[in-house]
Amino acid sequence: MIAAIARLGALVIAGLEDMGRLALFAGRVGVAVVMPPPRVRAFLDEVYKLGVLSLVIIGVSGFAVGMVLGLQGYNTLVRFGATNSLGAVVGLSLIRELGPVLTALLATGRAGSATAAEIGTMVATEQLDGLRMMAVDPVHLVVMPRAVAMVVVMPLLTALFIVLGLAGGWVVGVPLMGVDAGAYMASLESAVDFRDDVLGCGLKAVVFGVLVGLIATFRGYTSEPTSAGVSTATTTTVVVASVSILICDYFITALWGV
Amino acid sequence: MEAEPHVRLRHVRMAFGSRRVFDDLSCAFAPGKVSVVLGGSGSGKSTMLRLIAGLVRPTAGEIWVCGEDVTRLSERALGRVRRKLGMMFQNGALLDSLTVFDNLAFPLREHRALPPQAIADAVHRRLHDVGLEGVDALLPRQLSGGMTKRAALARALMMDPVVLLCDEPFSGLDPISLRRVEDLLLRVNREQGITMIVVSHHIASTVRMADNVVLLLPDRAVEGPPAALLDSDDALVRAFMREEDVAADTPFEGTA
Repeated sequence: MIAAIARLGALVIAGLEDMGRLALFAGRVGVAVVMPPPRVRAFLDEVYKLGVLSLVIIGVSGFAVGMVLGLQGYNTLVRFGATNSLGAVVGLSLIRELGPVLTALLATGRAGSATAAEIGTMVATEQLDGLRMMAVDPVHLVVMPRAVAMVVVMPLLTALFIVLGLAGGWVVGVPLMGVDAGAYMASLESAVDFRDDVLGCGLKAVVFGVLVGLIATFRGYTSEPTSAGVSTATTTTVVVASVSILICDYFITALWGV
Repeated sequence: MEAEPHVRLRHVRMAFGSRRVFDDLSCAFAPGKVSVVLGGSGSGKSTMLRLIAGLVRPTAGEIWVCGEDVTRLSERALGRVRRKLGMMFQNGALLDSLTVFDNLAFPLREHRALPPQAIADAVHRRLHDVGLEGVDALLPRQLSGGMTKRAALARALMMDPVVLLCDEPFSGLDPISLRRVEDLLLRVNREQGITMIVVSHHIASTVRMADNVVLLLPDRAVEGPPAALLDSDDALVRAFMREEDVAADTPFEGTA
């Protein structure tokens, strides 16, 4: 029993130490953002890799989720004769919750894991040590552009996910189920508040971008310099970032009512 | 009067977890000389280079590089010292997303405000020095092992270092490539007077090129010119240098 408690205590301490290291790492990344020279080229490369290369998966997923929402929403609303509110149901579900959360989870699986693996491989092949030996800070050149790019692309990917989700809901609701097109759009417009819903959604997307960007780069940067280390960094990035996103989502919703 | 060493280790103690690498290591590397660090597997040869470069910190002791104790410097201050160092990593450590040209141009673009043509000239001069031409546009993964080593050496020399650290420059090379890299290191040393610290387990190369040898043994480090170590009174040193058979339980690994 005591041994089990001791193990639990050791796990908690290790977790707290890990969070402390992540906080210090975040501080280094923050300082690197304002340090010269600006890494514009590296940043744009990462925006392409993390953002542009994620467009298809985000777009297809958003459209599919919108179609499911449209179908489920219609089947529920039709019982109450309220199918004209389908646009509001699909829109609020996507904008307030599903859009930012599912986009962040998808981005974690595609771009976050790739970032951790890429940096982990650079550690294993001594490329980061090579940079240090050339008096170049790897956090400034390698980590910071990736973390910042993740923060920038997350709201854009979320917006794409939501727009295509709304389109998916429209396709199921209007042509397939016969909901009036005007009613779909009108209920959507009247239900969605720009400040509470859209800006709140943007806040979530930015926070999730910070989380995924920091966790992925931190796991890669601190990985063991072996192939197993790279694999572990990739796996833990997906697990830790996904759980963090869901926990953070609850707190943002609870604290700001978004 | 002998010149002040460019690199000096004093009473260095180093451990990775419970595994001790060095207990009390002291040695010095004279300016302009080629020093080769020898030792069994796990004796801490590469760790010694990483300590000198400030990539890892010792548990105790001092490491003086170009007049500064790198054990006490912050990461930012270490950058100042590292600009005087060049390091050729065992596997090259070239940036795999950049071409050979961009890898060599990288330190100049980072630290020197040179026009593109001057950078291109400097890169091509270095590539010529190491016998690599026509590889500008190749990525590191498209190079052979020997070419990678030479490209890594060229990059390490781009900033005209005071001290060049080479980690196993001969490992994995065929005899011809090995002699080519060896000749190259010697030529760079003679022409530019760069202090070289070469980690190796290749005795024949060591005898040919070293001015000084540091042999890491389990309980101590032995220093001296190769000829002196070849004729050492210490049977273990002699056996190692002459690549003679030793008893299976002879301890070559462990702490120095």
